[in-house]
Amino acid sequence: MPAFPATRHSMVEAMRSPRSEQRRSAFDTLVTAYWKPVFKYVRLKWHAAPEDAADLTQGFFLRALEKDFFAGFDASRARFRTYLRTCLDGFVANARKADTRLKRGGGITLIPIDFEEAERELAFQACNLGHDFDAYFRREWLRSLFAGAADRLRTACDARGRAARYAIFEQYDLAADERDRPTYAELARRLGLSSTEVTNELAAARREFRRLVLEALREQCTTEEEFEAESRALTG
Amino acid sequence: MISEPALDRLSAMFQGPDVSGTRYTLISVLGRGGMGVVYLAHDSVLDREVALKIVERPEDQANEARILARLEHPGIVPVHDVGELPDGRLFYAMKRVRGDRLDRWMAERRDLPECLGVFLRVCDAVAFAHAHGVIHRDLKPENVMVGEFGEVLVLDWGIAHEMQNADCQTPMAGTSHYMAPEQARGDATIDQRADVYALGAVLESIADVMPVLAIARKARSADVDGRYSSVQALAADVQRYLAGRAVEAQRETVFDRVARFGRRHRLPILLVLTYLVARVLLLWLVR
Repeated sequence: MPAFPATRHSMVEAMRSPRSEQRRSAFDTLVTAYWKPVFKYVRLKWHAAPEDAADLTQGFFLRALEKDFFAGFDASRARFRTYLRTCLDGFVANARKADTRLKRGGGITLIPIDFEEAERELAFQACNLGHDFDAYFRREWLRSLFAGAADRLRTACDARGRAARYAIFEQYDLAADERDRPTYAELARRLGLSSTEVTNELAAARREFRRLVLEALREQCTTEEEFEAESRALTG
Repeated sequence: MISEPALDRLSAMFQGPDVSGTRYTLISVLGRGGMGVVYLAHDSVLDREVALKIVERPEDQANEARILARLEHPGIVPVHDVGELPDGRLFYAMKRVRGDRLDRWMAERRDLPECLGVFLRVCDAVAFAHAHGVIHRDLKPENVMVGEFGEVLVLDWGIAHEMQNADCQTPMAGTSHYMAPEQARGDATIDQRADVYALGAVLESIADVMPVLAIARKARSADVDGRYSSVQALAADVQRYLAGRAVEAQRETVFDRVARFGRRHRLPILLVLTYLVARVLLLWLVR
C-alpha cells in the first residue's frame, strides 16, 4: 500500500543511477538532509573540535561520493540512517588513526555548508544532551527533516502568494519558546486577518507541512517497507 | 533553526492526532491500515464509544465516507460524522463494532454451517454494495467483523471504487492473496467479479470440504469469465450446498450423488435401515 504520495524518487536509488548528474543531484539532497546531524554527531560523540568536525564532515561526504558508500546500502538489513551512522563511525575511526587532514578530505569543500550555524545550534542544545548517541543522531536527523520541510513550505507559500500562511505557521508552530507563542487573536491582529482565517490558514499550513515531511522521508527511503517503518516511527 | 520546544511541538503533531477541537476523546488504537489509523474514541455529545478513523489524504477520506454514506445496510458499518482536525488531517466517526475479526472468530473451531452462514451475510452486504455501483476491492477475513450478537459487518471501504468511475488504476491497492489478477495488474476495467474472486479466497479459508472448495475455486478462477458472474450467483451455490443439493461448481460422479443423497436424507435412511434390521432380526428370532 503506498500510504503516502510517492512523488519523488528515493535519493538512495538515484545514487545508483548510471547518469552522473542524477547521482550528483541525489547526493546533494542527501548531504542537505544529513550534514547537520553528521557534524553535530562528530562534535559530540567523537569530541571533535569545531574545525575538525567540519573537516571530518566534508571528508566523510567526499569519501562517500568517491567510494559509492551508499550505493551498497541493503534496505533489508538496516535503516539507511543507521547504515550512514555506521559508515560515519568507521570513517572517523580510520581518519583518527591516520590523522592526516588530507586523507580526511581537509581543505576541500564539497558543497557549501554553514558549520557556524550548526555550531550555534549546538550551543543552544548543550544542556539537553544525553549519552544515547543513537537517539541523538535520530533527533538531529528529525530536526533536519523538519527544517527542510519548513523551507519547502515557505518556498511553496511564497510562490502561491500565501506568505501569510507561512507566517502563521512560523510564528505559532516554529516559535522558539512557548512564551513566544502568540494566541490566534494576536496573530489575527498582527496579520490583519480574522481568527477564523488564522485557524484555517494554520490548518492548511500544517497539512502541507505534513505532506512535505512525508515526501522528504519518502525520498530518503529505499523501499516501501522502509518508508512505512520510518513513517510509522514518526507518526507513533 | 528548529528549537527544542519547536522540535517537540512538531514531533507531537506527527505522534498523535490533536482532537481537542472536536467532540471526541481518543482512548486507544483499534487498528492501522494503509489509508490511516482507526482509534477507539469517546463521543462526548452522545456519550458513546465510536471508531474514529483518521486519514492522511483527504481524497481517501472523502471517498470512503461518501461511499459509506450511500450504503445503508445492516452489514455495512455506518458513518456518523465527518470533520477536519487542526493539523489538516480529516476524520470520520463510525459505529464502534464489538466482536471479532472473521479470521479470529473462525479460529475458535466453528462448525461449517455456522461459518457458511456468516459468509452468506458477507455476500449479502457486498451484493448490496454492487447493486449501488460500489466494488469493495479489499475483501478479506480481517475486514469482516462478527459482532457479539452475531451481526456481520464488512469494514474498510478505503479503497472501494465506484463502478461508473473509469479511472480506477491503482495497481497495488488490496491484499495480494485476496486480490484478483486483473486488480493486481491495475486493469482499468475491473468489475464486481474482482470481489467475487476475493470472496472465493475467503471461502477457501473457511472450509476444506470438496463441494465448498469447488465453489471457492470457481470464484477464484484466474479467467474473469470463468468466475461466478455475481456475488448472488456465488451465494446461491453456497446455499445449494447447505441445502444438500448439487452445486454448480462441481460435476458430480454417481458416488458423489449417492453420498450427497445420503447426507441430505440421513434421518429417513437411518429409520428405514433400523426398520429393516429390526424386521430381519424378528424374522430370524421367530424362525
